[in-house]
Amino acid sequence: MWRLLGLLAVLVSFDASAQTLVPYRIENGAITQSLTGVKGDAAKGRAIVVERQKGLCLLCHSGPFPEERFQGDLAPSLAGTGSRMSEGEIRLRMVDSTKVNEKTIMPPYYRSEGLERVAANYKAKTLLNAQEIEDVIAFLVSLKDDTQK
Amino acid sequence: MNRLACLVVVIGMALPAFAQDARKSGFDYMGPDTQAMQKDDLANPGMLSVLEGETLWNTPTGKAQKSCAACHGDATQSMKGVAARYPAMDDKTQSAIDLAGRIIQCRVERQEAPAPQREGRELLSLSAFVGRQSRDMPISPPQDAKLAATRAQGAALYSARMGQLNFSCAQCHDDNAGGHLGAAPIPQAHPNGYPLYRLEWQSLGSLQRRFRNCMSGMRAEPFAAGSTEAIALEAFLMERAAGMKLETPAVRP
Repeated sequence: MWRLLGLLAVLVSFDASAQTLVPYRIENGAITQSLTGVKGDAAKGRAIVVERQKGLCLLCHSGPFPEERFQGDLAPSLAGTGSRMSEGEIRLRMVDSTKVNEKTIMPPYYRSEGLERVAANYKAKTLLNAQEIEDVIAFLVSLKDDTQK
Repeated sequence: MNRLACLVVVIGMALPAFAQDARKSGFDYMGPDTQAMQKDDLANPGMLSVLEGETLWNTPTGKAQKSCAACHGDATQSMKGVAARYPAMDDKTQSAIDLAGRIIQCRVERQEAPAPQREGRELLSLSAFVGRQSRDMPISPPQDAKLAATRAQGAALYSARMGQLNFSCAQCHDDNAGGHLGAAPIPQAHPNGYPLYRLEWQSLGSLQRRFRNCMSGMRAEPFAAGSTEAIALEAFLMERAAGMKLETPAVRP
């Protein structure tokens, strides 16, 4: 499966009239290149993850956020993400998790096309921008300890 | 283990699944306080709308100056089981019509009154009053082959990914029912209590309002009230919930 994805190694480019997305390359089940070239800020990333109207992450995931009440249970805990996955694998899952699992419930955080009936306010916009994605990745990579559920 | 033993084990595991209905009303996901509120007519805020609907039912209106009762008589008899059968085929337009649509049609064509607004107080109260007459009755979708296309459209919409979040109804309400989205338990999306009083809304609302609620959460363009899509989804859900008991007016968190 990964090999096939690697072979296909899609270079994604989007319609310039919409929000201009940074092109990225999927190789061996990962996007190894940073979307921005600017190192993500883990503290900002954490803030996005816990912000319910922004990252939306805790609607489905739980994680090592003792101050946050009401974390969802539809998806795996984010604790230990950095031990389970490489940075590039996390980036692919953030950008468009359907590339990993077509049936996933996880929203594509960096995709604005191929979506149906998107509300006018959100049309042609991605859930997060490229730097926000990098911030979240920097934070998730830092979650090393798999025991703190 | 030999093959026969395997077979016995498999059948043994499968039997309970056949024996009991895995479908659960949204009522079963609620806390005891909210359940008690629904069950007690004096505490159920939806009953205020039912009473208002009863008054409207008996009040002459429109150019015809006819009340609903003038044609339909005693609603406790004539409207019994009606809400359990909608959406139905409308012979005149040859398209599916929901209960609210039928009430609008009656208001306009027979009473010659202005069309009540979708989600307006008049229509919700009348719907609640009519719905109340089917409380505790099983949902009984019409055995009408003409509705097949509508139900199929509803089924397709139920499974279609939508909005910026790219969710389908089925992903939450089939695959993840019983799970929690943040604090909120995800129910199985049965349409068996509408119109219902939603504590979050602090008001009575229709099933189609609930669709719009979910869809805006998915950052999708909601189905307009009374649209073909909304009625199709409603028809699919009623078929999916066939046999479950109506709770109108239900209370939900």
